[in-house]
Amino acid sequence: MEVALEDNNLMEKVLPPDEQEIDVELEAKEKKYLRGEGANLESLKDKKLKTQLASREKLYGKSAKAAAKIEKWLLPASAGYLETEGLEKTWRIKQTDIAKEVDLLSSRNQYDIVLPDFGPYKLDFTASGRHMLAGGRKGHLALVDMMNMNLIKEIHVRETVRDVAFLHNDQFFAAAQKKYSYIYARDGTELHCLKERGPVARLRFLKNHFLLASVNKIGQLHYQDVTYGDMVASIRTGKGRTDVMEVNPYNGVVALGHSGGTVTMWKPTSQAPLVQMQCHPGPVSAVAFHPNGHLMATSGKERKVKIWDLRKFEEVQTIHGFHAKTLSFSQKGLLAAGTGSFVQVLGDSSGGGHSRYMSHPMVKGYQVEKVMFRPYEDVLGIGHSMGWSSVLIPGSGEPNFDSWVANPFETSKQRREKEVHLLLDKLPPETIMLDPSKIGAMRPSRRKEKPTRGEIEAEKEVAIEAAKSVEMKKKTKGRNKPSKRTKKKKELVENAKKTFPELEEKNIAGKKRRIGEDAAAELPTSLKRFARKN
Amino acid sequence: MRIKTISRSVDEFTRERSQDLQRVFHNFDPSLRPMEKAVEYQRALTAAKLEKIFARPFVGAMDGHRDGISCMAKNPNYLKGIFSASMDGDIRLWDIATRRTVCQFPGHQGAVRGLTVSTDGNVLVSCGTDCNVRLWSVPRPSLEDSDLSSEKSTEVVHCLFFLITLYSLVLLFILITSFFLSQPSAVYTCKNALLAVDHQFEGDLFATAGAQLDIWNHNRSQPVQSFTSGSHSVISVRFNPGEPDILATSSGDNHISIYDIRMSSAARKILMRTKTNSIAWNPMEPMNFTAANEDGNCYSFDGRKNEEAKCVHKDHVSAVMDIDFSPTGREFVTGSYDRSVRIFPYNGGHSREIYHTKRMQRVFCVKYSSDATYVISGSDDTNLRLWKAKASEQLGVILPREQKKHEYNEAVKNRYKHLPEIKRIVRHRHLPKPIYKAKAESRAMNDAKRRKDERRKAHSAPGTVVTESHRTRRIIKEVE
Repeated sequence: MEVALEDNNLMEKVLPPDEQEIDVELEAKEKKYLRGEGANLESLKDKKLKTQLASREKLYGKSAKAAAKIEKWLLPASAGYLETEGLEKTWRIKQTDIAKEVDLLSSRNQYDIVLPDFGPYKLDFTASGRHMLAGGRKGHLALVDMMNMNLIKEIHVRETVRDVAFLHNDQFFAAAQKKYSYIYARDGTELHCLKERGPVARLRFLKNHFLLASVNKIGQLHYQDVTYGDMVASIRTGKGRTDVMEVNPYNGVVALGHSGGTVTMWKPTSQAPLVQMQCHPGPVSAVAFHPNGHLMATSGKERKVKIWDLRKFEEVQTIHGFHAKTLSFSQKGLLAAGTGSFVQVLGDSSGGGHSRYMSHPMVKGYQVEKVMFRPYEDVLGIGHSMGWSSVLIPGSGEPNFDSWVANPFETSKQRREKEVHLLLDKLPPETIMLDPSKIGAMRPSRRKEKPTRGEIEAEKEVAIEAAKSVEMKKKTKGRNKPSKRTKKKKELVENAKKTFPELEEKNIAGKKRRIGEDAAAELPTSLKRFARKN
Repeated sequence: MRIKTISRSVDEFTRERSQDLQRVFHNFDPSLRPMEKAVEYQRALTAAKLEKIFARPFVGAMDGHRDGISCMAKNPNYLKGIFSASMDGDIRLWDIATRRTVCQFPGHQGAVRGLTVSTDGNVLVSCGTDCNVRLWSVPRPSLEDSDLSSEKSTEVVHCLFFLITLYSLVLLFILITSFFLSQPSAVYTCKNALLAVDHQFEGDLFATAGAQLDIWNHNRSQPVQSFTSGSHSVISVRFNPGEPDILATSSGDNHISIYDIRMSSAARKILMRTKTNSIAWNPMEPMNFTAANEDGNCYSFDGRKNEEAKCVHKDHVSAVMDIDFSPTGREFVTGSYDRSVRIFPYNGGHSREIYHTKRMQRVFCVKYSSDATYVISGSDDTNLRLWKAKASEQLGVILPREQKKHEYNEAVKNRYKHLPEIKRIVRHRHLPKPIYKAKAESRAMNDAKRRKDERRKAHSAPGTVVTESHRTRRIIKEVE
C-alpha cells in the first residue's frame, strides 16, 4: 500500500519536459503579479485574523497564477523585435530598410512633417497614444489624431509657446506661452489663463492626481489642481532658473535638473526637496524616468549620459560620447536620446545595461527639440526645428493595452465614463512620496508600554544633542563673555538631562555598589575583612 | 534581418455592428498601473463614504396593535407574513410588503406570551398569562390576495352610496379594512400562566414554558410530557433545528438547560450569574446556540461543551430581551431593553450595526426575516418596525454590473478596513445619548477595574492571582 502511494506521488511530480519549461516560465511571470512577498503571519497572535489573512494569501497566489497563464496564452499581440543575421548591426539599419520589410500599416507610421516657419516643435501624446499635440515655438498648436492622421484642430496663438501638455485626455491641453500659460479645449477655445505662474518654461501633468506642474523662469515650481483650479503648492526651489523638469510616473514626484549639475526631486506638500543628487559636474540638460520608477537617465553638458538606480541613488551606467538635449524612455525600457540632428536609441541588453540599439540621423538643418515614444506603439516621435517626424523603433511599445487603463480605440461614450472614473479615483496631493507602496501599509502599533531602558537612553541622547546644538544669541555691550556662554550651554544640557530622572537614580545606585566592590577588590587580602559589607 | 512591429488593425479591436458589445482587452501587468495601491485606497475611502450616504435602514413601521408587542413568530413556509402578539391579547398576521394586517386572531384574555408556527405553516400556537394554549389555523395565502383586497375596496366605494343603514355600515367597515377574524381550532387550559412556546422542527410536538416545561401534541388537551426543575419558572424555550428532539430552555434561577425529550431529565445545565431572557440556535451550525442574557451580553455556547462560552458578544447597555439568527447562520439580531436593536456577527465580540429611533421604546422581540434581508423589531410602543439587515443595501432587482460594483466596493473596503481613516468612517454610528453615556461610563469602569487587576497581579506572587477569561467569567458552573 505504501509503495503504491509513493508511486502516485512520483507520477504527479514528473512532467514531460515541455510542460516543465512552461512551468518555469509561468513561475517567473507569476512573481511579477505577486507584487512582492507574502506577509509574515507567524508574529500574529490573533488567531481569527491569522486564518483570514492566510486564506487571503492563498487567493493572491491563485490569482497570480491565473494572471500568469493569461499572459502566456491569452494576450492578443506580441512585442515587436529587430533581429539581425550575420555581421549586421542593429544600429546601422536605416528607417528606409525597415520600411521595406514591414507591413503597410506600420510603414504609415514613418513620416516627416515639414513646417519650417513656426520654429522648433515640442510634442506630447495622450496616455493611450492616440492623440498628439505639437507646439511650435513661434505659436503654432496642432492637435492630431494619430490613428487616421487627422488634423483635429490647429491654432496660431501668435506668441512664443515654450511647452505643451495634454491634461487627462484629449479634450483639454495646456500651452506655456510668452507671459502666461493657457488651457485650451479640444476645439481651440481658450478656457483658462493661468496668470499666477508667470512665464513658464516646462509644463507637465500628473495623471493620477490631476495636478498641472510647471517650472517658471525664476525657478518656482507650481502645482495646480485642474479639477477646481486651486493652486496646491508654489515652491521656491532656491536653485535658480531651470527648464529641465520631468515627472516620475511611478510615484508622481517631479525632478528638476539644475545648472549646477544637481537633480532635485519635489513633492507638493513640502517646501524642501525630497532628494538632491549631484549628477553631473556641469549643467543637467535632460532627465528621463523609466516607467517602472527605478531608473533615471540624466545627461549633462559634459557629453555624458548617466543612468541611475533610484532605489539606492547610485549610478548604474555611464554612456560617453554625446550630450543629449532630450531623453525619453519607452514602455519597454528603450532609451531615446536626441542631440543636434541625431537621434540615438539605446536598448537594454540583458544584464549589460543600455547599449546602442538603433539610430536615426536626420538632415543637418533639423535640430532635434524633443523625442518622445508613443505609448502602445513601436513609434518614436521627434519634434525638431523644421516640424516633426515619426520613426519606427521595433520593440519599444507595449503590445497589449488594457481597455480600462488606456484604450486607443476609445469611443466617446467610453471616454466620458473613463473621465468620471478618473475623477472619482483622483488622488490627493499628499499621496506623492518616494515610495508609493507605503500607502495602505500599517504603522507598527505602539502599545502604551513603558519604553525600554535603551529607548530612554536614546531619547535622552537626542535631547542632549538638541540642547547642545541650540544657537546662542550673540550679545553685545560686554555681555558676551565666553565663560558666561559656556555656563549657559551647560545649564541647557543639564535641563535636558533632568527630564529623564529614572535613569539618573539607577545610575547613582549602580555607582555606589560598584565603588564598594571595586574597593574590596583593590584591598590586599589581609585587609579584606575591613571592606564595607553590603 | 527579421523585423516585427506592433500593427493593430482597427477591425480586430472595434466592434462590427452597433448592436454588438464593445470589445474589452485586459492586460494585468502591474507596470501599466502606477500608484495602484493609492488608487485602491482612494476607492476604499469613497466606498466607505458612499456606504454611509446610502445607509437608510428604516423601511417602515407596522401600526395597529393597541398595547406593547410581546412576541412574534415567523412562518417558515411563507416569506411575506409575520405574526405578532401584544400585551392585551391581540394576535395579528401582517403582510410585510404592504405593512398591513391580513388577519386577526382574537381570543386571549390577558397578555400573549408566546407565539410559534408549525413547520408546515398551517398551525399557529399561542400561549398567554390566561393559562391558555390556543391553536389556530393559518389562512392559506394565495396569489390573488393583494389583488382581491383592492378589488373589494373599489366595490365597496360604490356600495357606500346606496347602503346607509347602521348595520350595513358596520359590515362595510369590516370589509373595507379587509381582514379576517379567525376562530381558534383548539383551546387547551393549564394550571399556571405560560411564558413561552416553541414548535418542534419537522414534527407535531410543541413545548410550553411556565411553571414547568410541558411537551404537547396538537391533538391532546393535556401535555404528553412534563419536566420539572426546581422551584423557578421556565422563561423561554427553543427547539434545535438540526435535532428535532433537543430543546434549550432558560429558567428564572439563572440556569440554561438542554433537554432531550426522549430522556426524563435535563441533559445539560449551565448556571450563570444572571438570567437568560432568550435563546436561539444557529441554523447553519445546530450544535451552537446563543443566549441573550440579562446583563446585556450574549453568550454563544457549543451545546456539547458548556464549561466556557465560545464567544461573548458585548455591546448592549441594558438587558437583552430577544435574539434571532439569520438563516445564513453568520449573523444574529438582538433587541434590548435599552431601546436599540443590534446586529452581531456570529463569531465577533462587537456589533456591526445598531438601529434606534426616538419613537422606538423598549424592544421586546426581534426576528430576522427568512431571506436574510430584513430585521423586524417589536417594541413597547405598539409598533413593529421593519429594518434592512444591511443598511446601505440596494433593494429590488440589481443589474449584474451593479452587483459587481457593490461586490468590488465591499472587497476593497474590507481590504483597507484596518487603516485609521477608513476604520473611522466604517465604524461610525450615531448613538442615542443615554446609550452613549452609559457606554462611556461602563468603559471607564472597566478600564479602572482592569488597571487595578493588572496592578494586583503585578504586585503579587506570580500565579496567585488568576485573571478569568470573559468566556467563563459569568458562568458559575456546569451541572451534570
